Amino acid sequence: MNVVDVLTAICLLGGAAMSLAAAVGLLRFPDLMSRMHAATKPQVLGLFLMLAAVALQLQAWSLLPALLVAWLFQLLTVPVSAHMVGRAGYRTKYRRPELLTVDELNDVVEAVVEEGGA
Amino acid sequence: MTGLGTVGVIVAVVLSLAAAGTIYRIAAGPSLLDRVIAADVLLAIFGAALATDMALKHHTDNLALLVVLSVVGFIGSVTVARFVAHRKEEA
Repeated sequence: MNVVDVLTAICLLGGAAMSLAAAVGLLRFPDLMSRMHAATKPQVLGLFLMLAAVALQLQAWSLLPALLVAWLFQLLTVPVSAHMVGRAGYRTKYRRPELLTVDELNDVVEAVVEEGGA
Repeated sequence: MTGLGTVGVIVAVVLSLAAAGTIYRIAAGPSLLDRVIAADVLLAIFGAALATDMALKHHTDNLALLVVLSVVGFIGSVTVARFVAHRKEEA
Protein backbone atom coordinates (compact mmCIF):
# COMPACT_ATOMS: atom_id res chain seq x y z
CA MET A 1 0.00 0.00 0.00
CA ASN A 2 1.45 3.35 -1.01
CA VAL A 3 0.61 6.76 0.46
CA VAL A 4 -2.39 7.31 -1.83
CA ASP A 5 -3.89 3.96 -0.84
CA VAL A 6 -3.45 4.76 2.85
CA LEU A 7 -5.15 8.14 2.41
CA THR A 8 -7.96 6.45 0.46
CA ALA A 9 -8.40 3.89 3.22
CA ILE A 10 -8.60 6.67 5.83
CA CYS A 11 -11.22 8.55 3.77
CA LEU A 12 -13.32 5.43 3.15
CA LEU A 13 -13.22 4.29 6.77
CA GLY A 14 -13.99 7.82 7.97
CA GLY A 15 -16.98 8.09 5.64
CA ALA A 16 -18.28 4.69 6.71
CA ALA A 17 -17.84 5.69 10.36
CA MET A 18 -19.94 8.82 9.69
CA SER A 19 -22.74 6.64 8.33
CA LEU A 20 -22.57 4.34 11.34
CA ALA A 21 -22.54 7.34 13.70
CA ALA A 22 -25.69 8.66 12.03
CA ALA A 23 -27.40 5.29 12.38
CA VAL A 24 -26.45 5.05 16.07
CA GLY A 25 -27.66 8.64 16.57
CA LEU A 26 -30.97 7.86 14.87
CA LEU A 27 -31.45 4.85 17.13
CA ARG A 28 -30.41 6.40 20.44
CA PHE A 29 -31.34 10.09 20.36
CA PRO A 30 -34.66 10.83 22.05
CA ASP A 31 -36.40 13.38 19.83
CA LEU A 32 -36.74 14.66 16.27
CA MET A 33 -34.39 17.64 16.53
CA SER A 34 -31.43 15.66 17.88
CA ARG A 35 -32.03 12.95 15.27
CA MET A 36 -31.85 15.65 12.60
CA HIS A 37 -28.49 16.67 14.04
CA ALA A 38 -27.19 13.11 13.72
CA ALA A 39 -28.55 12.73 10.19
CA THR A 40 -26.39 15.53 8.74
CA LYS A 41 -23.09 13.68 9.36
CA PRO A 42 -23.08 11.25 6.41
CA GLN A 43 -24.89 13.74 4.17
CA VAL A 44 -22.14 16.38 4.23
CA LEU A 45 -18.84 15.18 5.75
CA GLY A 46 -19.42 11.51 4.91
CA LEU A 47 -20.14 12.26 1.26
CA PHE A 48 -17.10 14.56 1.11
CA LEU A 49 -14.79 11.83 2.45
CA MET A 50 -16.18 9.26 0.01
CA LEU A 51 -15.79 11.63 -2.97
CA ALA A 52 -12.23 12.41 -1.81
CA ALA A 53 -11.51 8.68 -1.85
CA VAL A 54 -12.83 8.43 -5.42
CA ALA A 55 -10.68 11.39 -6.49
CA LEU A 56 -7.60 9.89 -4.81
CA GLN A 57 -8.00 6.52 -6.50
CA LEU A 58 -8.94 7.65 -10.02
CA GLN A 59 -6.63 10.71 -10.10
CA ALA A 60 -8.16 12.42 -13.14
CA TRP A 61 -8.72 16.20 -13.31
CA SER A 62 -11.67 15.61 -15.62
CA LEU A 63 -13.53 13.97 -12.73
CA LEU A 64 -13.12 16.92 -10.37
CA PRO A 65 -16.03 19.05 -11.72
CA ALA A 66 -18.50 16.18 -11.39
CA LEU A 67 -17.34 15.40 -7.84
CA LEU A 68 -17.51 19.10 -6.89
CA VAL A 69 -21.02 19.41 -8.37
CA ALA A 70 -22.19 16.35 -6.43
CA TRP A 71 -20.88 17.77 -3.15
CA LEU A 72 -21.94 21.40 -3.72
CA PHE A 73 -25.48 20.41 -4.64
CA GLN A 74 -25.59 18.25 -1.53
CA LEU A 75 -24.53 21.31 0.49
CA LEU A 76 -27.26 23.39 -1.17
CA THR A 77 -30.14 20.92 -0.93
CA VAL A 78 -29.64 19.31 2.49
CA PRO A 79 -30.44 22.55 4.41
CA VAL A 80 -33.64 22.95 2.38
CA SER A 81 -35.01 19.58 3.43
CA ALA A 82 -33.70 20.03 6.98
CA HIS A 83 -35.49 23.40 7.20
CA MET A 84 -38.78 21.94 5.99
CA VAL A 85 -38.57 18.90 8.27
CA GLY A 86 -37.65 21.04 11.29
CA ARG A 87 -40.46 23.49 10.56
CA ALA A 88 -42.99 20.70 10.21
CA GLY A 89 -41.65 19.04 13.34
CA TYR A 90 -42.03 22.24 15.38
CA ARG A 91 -45.53 22.92 14.11
CA THR A 92 -46.86 19.42 14.60
CA LYS A 93 -45.77 19.38 18.27
CA TYR A 94 -43.37 16.49 17.75
CA ARG A 95 -40.73 18.45 19.65
CA ARG A 96 -40.23 17.64 23.31
CA PRO A 97 -39.95 20.99 25.10
CA GLU A 98 -38.54 19.45 28.28
CA LEU A 99 -35.41 18.48 26.33
CA LEU A 100 -34.72 22.01 25.08
CA THR A 101 -32.60 24.47 27.05
CA VAL A 102 -33.68 27.50 25.01
CA ASP A 103 -36.76 27.82 22.78
CA GLU A 104 -36.52 31.29 21.24
CA LEU A 105 -39.22 30.59 18.66
CA ASN A 106 -41.73 29.88 21.43
CA ASP A 107 -41.29 33.43 22.81
CA VAL A 108 -42.04 34.89 19.37
CA VAL A 109 -45.09 32.67 18.91
CA GLU A 110 -46.49 33.61 22.33
CA ALA A 111 -45.95 37.32 21.65
CA VAL A 112 -47.87 37.05 18.38
CA VAL A 113 -50.69 35.10 20.04
CA GLU A 114 -51.01 37.70 22.85
CA GLU A 115 -51.32 40.53 20.31
CA GLY A 116 -54.30 38.72 18.83
CA GLY A 117 -52.54 38.20 15.55
CA ALA A 118 -52.08 34.72 14.16
CA MET B 1 -6.13 -10.11 0.17
CA THR B 2 -4.65 -6.72 -0.64
CA GLY B 3 -4.78 -3.81 1.77
CA LEU B 4 -7.56 -1.92 0.01
CA GLY B 5 -9.56 -5.13 -0.39
CA THR B 6 -9.63 -5.50 3.39
CA VAL B 7 -10.70 -1.87 3.71
CA GLY B 8 -13.52 -2.57 1.24
CA VAL B 9 -14.79 -5.48 3.34
CA ILE B 10 -14.69 -3.36 6.53
CA VAL B 11 -16.51 -0.48 4.82
CA ALA B 12 -19.15 -2.88 3.47
CA VAL B 13 -19.79 -4.33 6.93
CA VAL B 14 -19.97 -0.89 8.58
CA LEU B 15 -22.30 0.50 5.90
CA SER B 16 -24.53 -2.59 6.20
CA LEU B 17 -24.79 -2.10 9.96
CA ALA B 18 -25.62 1.59 9.44
CA ALA B 19 -28.26 0.72 6.83
CA ALA B 20 -29.79 -1.85 9.20
CA GLY B 21 -30.02 0.80 11.93
CA THR B 22 -31.72 3.34 9.67
CA ILE B 23 -34.13 0.71 8.33
CA TYR B 24 -35.06 -0.15 11.91
CA ARG B 25 -35.76 3.56 12.54
CA ILE B 26 -37.89 3.73 9.37
CA ALA B 27 -39.92 0.74 10.57
CA ALA B 28 -40.18 1.77 14.23
CA GLY B 29 -39.87 5.58 14.14
CA PRO B 30 -42.58 7.12 16.31
CA SER B 31 -43.49 9.89 13.86
CA LEU B 32 -43.58 10.31 10.10
CA LEU B 33 -40.80 12.91 10.26
CA ASP B 34 -38.46 10.49 12.05
CA ARG B 35 -39.01 8.09 9.16
CA VAL B 36 -38.29 10.84 6.62
CA ILE B 37 -34.97 11.68 8.29
CA ALA B 38 -34.03 7.99 8.47
CA ALA B 39 -34.83 7.62 4.76
CA ASP B 40 -32.54 10.59 4.02
CA VAL B 41 -29.73 8.92 5.96
CA LEU B 42 -30.35 5.65 4.09
CA LEU B 43 -30.00 7.58 0.82
CA ALA B 44 -26.70 9.03 2.03
CA ILE B 45 -25.50 5.53 2.95
CA PHE B 46 -26.37 4.29 -0.55
CA GLY B 47 -24.40 7.21 -1.98
CA ALA B 48 -21.45 6.28 0.20
CA ALA B 49 -21.65 2.69 -1.03
CA LEU B 50 -21.72 3.84 -4.67
CA ALA B 51 -18.67 6.05 -4.11
CA THR B 52 -16.81 3.25 -2.32
CA ASP B 53 -17.47 0.90 -5.23
CA MET B 54 -16.11 3.50 -7.67
CA ALA B 55 -12.99 4.12 -5.58
CA LEU B 56 -12.10 0.46 -5.03
CA LYS B 57 -12.88 -0.86 -8.53
CA HIS B 58 -11.54 2.17 -10.42
CA HIS B 59 -14.55 2.99 -12.57
CA THR B 60 -16.85 6.01 -12.95
CA ASP B 61 -20.13 4.26 -13.80
CA ASN B 62 -21.92 5.50 -10.67
CA LEU B 63 -20.77 9.11 -10.87
CA ALA B 64 -23.81 10.40 -12.82
CA LEU B 65 -26.09 8.55 -10.39
CA LEU B 66 -24.29 10.14 -7.44
CA VAL B 67 -24.69 13.66 -8.90
CA VAL B 68 -28.39 13.16 -9.67
CA LEU B 69 -28.89 11.71 -6.20
CA SER B 70 -27.44 14.79 -4.53
CA VAL B 71 -29.42 17.16 -6.79
CA VAL B 72 -32.92 15.66 -6.44
CA GLY B 73 -32.58 13.68 -3.22
CA PHE B 74 -34.09 16.42 -1.05
CA ILE B 75 -37.39 16.75 -2.97
CA GLY B 76 -39.01 13.75 -1.31
CA SER B 77 -38.43 14.87 2.26
CA VAL B 78 -39.49 18.46 1.46
CA THR B 79 -42.74 17.17 -0.05
CA VAL B 80 -43.50 14.91 2.90
CA ALA B 81 -42.66 17.65 5.43
CA ARG B 82 -44.98 20.08 3.65
CA PHE B 83 -47.74 17.47 3.58
CA VAL B 84 -47.43 16.78 7.32
CA ALA B 85 -47.66 20.48 8.19
CA HIS B 86 -50.66 20.93 5.92
CA ARG B 87 -52.61 18.02 7.36
CA LYS B 88 -52.07 19.14 10.95
CA GLU B 89 -53.20 22.69 10.23
CA GLU B 90 -56.50 21.43 8.84
CA ALA B 91 -57.19 19.08 11.72
